[in-house]
Amino acid sequence: MPWRDVTFDLAFVHGAILLAGVVLYAIFGGADFGGGIWDLLARGERADGQRQQIARAIGPVWEVNHVWLIFVIVLTFTIFPPAFSAISTALYIPLSLVLVGITLRGAAFIFRAYAHDVVLAQQHWGRVFAIASAVTPVLLGMCAGAVASGDIRIENGEVTSSLRTPWLGAFPITIGLLALTTCAYLAAIYLTVETTGALQEDFRRRALGAGVAFAALGTLALPLAWTQAPQIWDGMWTRETWTLIPAAIVTGLVTFWAVWTRRYRLARVTAVIEVTVLLAGWALAQYPYLIVPDLTYGEAAASHAMLKTTLIVYGAGSIFLIPSLILLFSLFKGENPAATGAYGASTGELQPENLTTTSS
Amino acid sequence: MSDLMAARTQMATSLGFHIIFAALGMGLPLLMVIAEGLYLKTGKPVYLALAKRWSKAFAILFAVGAVSGTILSFELGLLWPRFMEYAGGIFGMPFSAEGFAFFIEAIFLGIYLYGWNRLSPRAHWLSGIPVAIAGALSGIFVVAANAWMNSPSGFKIDANGQPYDIDPVAAMLNDAWFQQALHMWIAAYVATAFGVAGVYAWGLLRGRRDTYHLSAVKIAVGLGLIVSVLQAISGDISAKWVAENQPVKFAALEGHFETESRAPLIIGGWPDPETRETNWAIKIPGGLSWLAHGDFNAEVTGLNEFPMEDQPEPRVVHLAFQIMVGLGTTMILTSATIWFFAWRRKRFALGPWQSRALVALAPAGFIAIEAGWVVTEVGRQPWIIQGVMRTEDAVTQVPNQFVALGGFTALYAMLAVACTWLLLLLAKHPPKIEELTHEDAAHAVA
Repeated sequence: MPWRDVTFDLAFVHGAILLAGVVLYAIFGGADFGGGIWDLLARGERADGQRQQIARAIGPVWEVNHVWLIFVIVLTFTIFPPAFSAISTALYIPLSLVLVGITLRGAAFIFRAYAHDVVLAQQHWGRVFAIASAVTPVLLGMCAGAVASGDIRIENGEVTSSLRTPWLGAFPITIGLLALTTCAYLAAIYLTVETTGALQEDFRRRALGAGVAFAALGTLALPLAWTQAPQIWDGMWTRETWTLIPAAIVTGLVTFWAVWTRRYRLARVTAVIEVTVLLAGWALAQYPYLIVPDLTYGEAAASHAMLKTTLIVYGAGSIFLIPSLILLFSLFKGENPAATGAYGASTGELQPENLTTTSS
Repeated sequence: MSDLMAARTQMATSLGFHIIFAALGMGLPLLMVIAEGLYLKTGKPVYLALAKRWSKAFAILFAVGAVSGTILSFELGLLWPRFMEYAGGIFGMPFSAEGFAFFIEAIFLGIYLYGWNRLSPRAHWLSGIPVAIAGALSGIFVVAANAWMNSPSGFKIDANGQPYDIDPVAAMLNDAWFQQALHMWIAAYVATAFGVAGVYAWGLLRGRRDTYHLSAVKIAVGLGLIVSVLQAISGDISAKWVAENQPVKFAALEGHFETESRAPLIIGGWPDPETRETNWAIKIPGGLSWLAHGDFNAEVTGLNEFPMEDQPEPRVVHLAFQIMVGLGTTMILTSATIWFFAWRRKRFALGPWQSRALVALAPAGFIAIEAGWVVTEVGRQPWIIQGVMRTEDAVTQVPNQFVALGGFTALYAMLAVACTWLLLLLAKHPPKIEELTHEDAAHAVA
């Protein structure tokens, strides 16, 4: 994608915002799915401890992180309506399954948290939460792979390709698995920062393992892109974009080194950069196509008035959103000296209040 | 079942499921904030116990509301891709605004639920206020999008039927928005207030005659009376708007077939689309003319004025409308009676029959909301965008819609069962009463 072909118009700006939404969903929401994956894979004498730490990390933030997905969906149908319509039609089956996964993940997580007097129900919902957390990112990755593969064809606003298969090729499936490992990788690295002692070592090993799997699948995805998603492959090696893959590899290696040497805060930063570079690289390689090869951002864009007005809404919304997000994450993700118990015990324990309200 | 009917049923099921959680999402935070505010003001632990209890129930309900809302946002495209392709770029702006409101609601809910031990009491109380405001705003924005479907504006249509000259702000500020959003906003408070009142009235009947239960009923019925009276006023505004702007919907919801002046208000009865009459109804002469236009002699357009293919199903719409109005009236009368006796006795108390009435009315607000949405959605048929696009032209080309309908219906059924079970579990473990103050408990119940 030579830069001279880029028109820095409003459609491009909204494309960039869409990308930002996807990246934020991946690094926040993706890690919450990853937490569920590690819940599923919790093993050994500290399995319960691992599960508790995961629930503690996800509890206050997962619903907020989930809203990034809503943001992406709404932006797509408001700014790029034909793309939303075509994707909803061509990927009807995997998207319906994604919805089942998202619903079961979220509901089961909260049901487990509030059923903690009833062990059997808790175990049951915990299992549903974990399985749904593992399946959903695979399906989302398959949808993304299908959009890039060029197998979704659109003529005069109608989807003319198969309504069943474009998400079932080797490339979409590999991207699905790559999404799964990305979630697991991010979650394990984040959890090393939020734990101590033996649990921290558990998540360190998991971060290293996920890192290897992530690298292996990424390596597998490249030749598959060459044969099955040629638009992406070509787009990755233009004069403007060829640095992205090497940059992702370098940040990946730095992350691995940082986890290996227990520099967890550094690893958290570089892992986020790595995922951001990969997703941005993907979007740039695919540009100007929103759905390869029949729909560009420019063709899909709604009216100029809509694009302009929505930007104003985003600006106004951000005035409320950004300080609120900072408040939330500083309360629950940083060290908080103010965590003394005004309303009861000063444990600062990140569990919902116990079922039997005794603290008053 | 045709794909169109399956898609409509799936959408109706999804909306019908989500709206219960959405209404509680608007209403419960208000009750939480009121209860915790009363605690800060009076220092009575019973109010703190109520705030904590309601926040726990809300945590469960909000999660289910969030995921069921996600299903809806996807279903717009999965079921109605042609509608979204046409309309997304016109009426999408309130959804964008709603996204931010949803963010704020989720953020402060996280802070509220997990921050009991991390914030000062005042800061904690304050963190509940954005939840209540953003929850209400979410609903108000989403209703703007639905209102646009009833009152499409902010665009022109060219010779090929394609929209141009789009003004997203005008689309959002469409004519129907104010009355629809007002009616839904208040409805959420009505449903929540009577739902909560019924739950605690049940506790009173079961012998838990303590300050905790009585305070809960008092807060809920207090809010309930105010909002149910306001809802009657808002309903009148809505009815007049529909009479003016969607006369075919108005005729259907009233079961009114023949155009006439001094039209009677038709209460109850069963519209017969064959004989074009509504049978077995109580008819109040001139009542409909007065309701619709504020004049007993005004002319009210009947269903027969419209081509058959543009008419909604009057049996469904009329019945739903009667249910909504009937339940609304019952809620006003019940809460007014309770407060009248409280005023006479100079203290708030509940007799067994008043408790029973409140228990019976616990689902009333929710049923009224469902009925109201049937009125507005089925009443708009056969159009998905009034006068612009028919529902049959909006539906997806993906075949075998009954599969998804079955799957999602099963999913909702499972969520409903699980959610009910958890709330019952929550109700089985009331706060330890001995730790609450007893000052009012002795004479709490008449």
